[in-house]
Amino acid sequence: MLRRAAGAVNTGRLPRRARVWHHASMVGREELVDAIAGFTLFADLTDPQLAGIVHTFEEAVFAEGERVLRQGLTGSGFYVVLDGEAAVVIDGTERARLARGDFFGEVSIVLGESPIADVVALRPLRCLVLAGPRVEGFLIDHPRVMYRMLQVQARRLRAANRWRS
Amino acid sequence: MAELSAPFPPGGYPVVVIGSGPGAIQVSYSLRRLGVEHAVISADPSPGGMFRRWPFLQRLLSWTKPHAPVERGTRAYERYDWNSLLGEEPATRALQPGLMDGSSYFPSRAEMEANLVAFVDRAGLAIRYNCRWTGTSRESGPDGDRFAIETTDGIYRCGTMVVAVGVAEAHTPPGPGMELTHHYADVRPVETYAGRRVFIVGKQNSGFELATGLLPWARQIVLASPSQARLSVETRSLVGVRARYVQPYEDHVLGGGVTVLDAAIDRIEQGSGGELVAHLRRTDGGADLVIEVDDVIAATGFVTPLVDLPALGVTTFGASLLPAQTPWWESVSVPGIFFAGTIGQGAKGLRKYGIPANSGAVHGARYNARVLATHLARTRFEIEPERPIIAPEAVASFMANELAESPELFHQRGYLAHVLTADSSGGLRDDGIQPLAHVLDSEGPDAIVTSLEADGSGAIFPVIYSRLGGRVVERAIEPDPLLRFDTTDTRMAIADLASRIAAG
Repeated sequence: MLRRAAGAVNTGRLPRRARVWHHASMVGREELVDAIAGFTLFADLTDPQLAGIVHTFEEAVFAEGERVLRQGLTGSGFYVVLDGEAAVVIDGTERARLARGDFFGEVSIVLGESPIADVVALRPLRCLVLAGPRVEGFLIDHPRVMYRMLQVQARRLRAANRWRS
Repeated sequence: MAELSAPFPPGGYPVVVIGSGPGAIQVSYSLRRLGVEHAVISADPSPGGMFRRWPFLQRLLSWTKPHAPVERGTRAYERYDWNSLLGEEPATRALQPGLMDGSSYFPSRAEMEANLVAFVDRAGLAIRYNCRWTGTSRESGPDGDRFAIETTDGIYRCGTMVVAVGVAEAHTPPGPGMELTHHYADVRPVETYAGRRVFIVGKQNSGFELATGLLPWARQIVLASPSQARLSVETRSLVGVRARYVQPYEDHVLGGGVTVLDAAIDRIEQGSGGELVAHLRRTDGGADLVIEVDDVIAATGFVTPLVDLPALGVTTFGASLLPAQTPWWESVSVPGIFFAGTIGQGAKGLRKYGIPANSGAVHGARYNARVLATHLARTRFEIEPERPIIAPEAVASFMANELAESPELFHQRGYLAHVLTADSSGGLRDDGIQPLAHVLDSEGPDAIVTSLEADGSGAIFPVIYSRLGGRVVERAIEPDPLLRFDTTDTRMAIADLASRIAAG
């Protein structure tokens, strides 16, 4: 009943000629796999792994002005922006903007602390979300994603150091 | 043609509720208690919604304990009875346990349906049955914009719609060969799968429910989806496969013949000998696989039957095409359209630690519906519920008791909260149960807000939020292993806040 597909080994990204689809795919959800394949964070993953991510993360939509992360409150998640724009706000002052392909929420999860900023949708915002308690296991299972995340953090740190010096 | 004696003939109403499942029934009951005139229409011939047909195995996942630590029919009993609707009159309270035969603390589908029929009957609710919603438009009326709801019986007009039609439309995803599968909704009697090889697409409760039912019949069962199966006993929440359906998973790990795979499906083909051939791409890094089976069942879920609301501008999201909602269950993109019942899952709340509210089940949605009815009464019909003043010295005892007994806070953890707001008299006004996300994100006077929450560790504990001078601070109380929520720590934390608010 079960047999290994001849010559099929997942050693890298599979050709796109046979689109991978999946059980909860919706109109547009196959496109979601294609969309996140273009994100730097997921750039090293195979198509089946991308399909797994679309299923592992949840999708969330936020209205303009709605808070996604709340400064000082526990239990937040890790977010990847699919569409829209959000502002990072600390004590009422906007510090940065986030757009398609950007991610946020990981610092407080990694440190086990509450977020030090609000993240507020500036216009309708669509994200993938992974619950905080699942982030460590996800990153360990996807070391290339962890490395990409580290690169982004390194760039942020370098930019912060330049700003200070 | 509709019966002439049917209630709610087509015409204008302040509110139109669509549906006759538990969500619609609870909203209608609660609106009536508040004195909000409304019509209820449903395509079905009788109450019950999805429970008129499902679950497939004819027994619910939500329990009702006939014998509980508290008296049946009390407010505290609702914590142990996940299936009865919320009535105020004794004859309408805790109906489910009285309709169960004692063979299980999970009611059968028929017992649940009887529970809903009995509630409608005893509460004397009116519903116009066999009236199918077919379309929606917006038009200008004498009092501003309103909705025109087209139905098989005629057109209804209203300023406020409450859509409670369930997440009930079978969905089979597109893909090569998917036409060779049949959906969970079209599964045959289990005995017709005797000796057959069955591939179930999907590893959530519906997939494992089918596998459980097919264990005595199918020759071999394979379940596959791209992400790992999660079990509720591991997530320590209702996220994941419920304990009742874990047997196929145990069969898998013990090598009994069930196979559980993490794989995306590339295609399904018709084999030369009548078999179906599924080509799978592993998402766990393993080699791709080919499966030969006799049946492929798509346990791929259901979507929300919103008719033409998306074309009207209602934003949807996720695999179930749920409408995106404000914390008060209103469409984020089309004001005036509200949602109740399991569709209320689209108002996700904070989802702290990834734990969702129970809005997709009766024991969560029934409270959402009652809160929604109060919100509609207050904001759209100027019917203000009573807001009693609690003296500062009584606040700690009052709120601690609410934490201990409130079924709303227990079942909708981290989602619904009890709110007291400062009053110019020096006391605090009881603003009742509100969505926590709304309270935390809105400005207002000083307030004490309490909720029960969980963090995935298995603990359930009170969390007390203060809003003082516009600044919100969260304080979690140490969990009590016996689930006592009115501990000394709780009372002291609330009393401290009450005294600070009283001191101005």
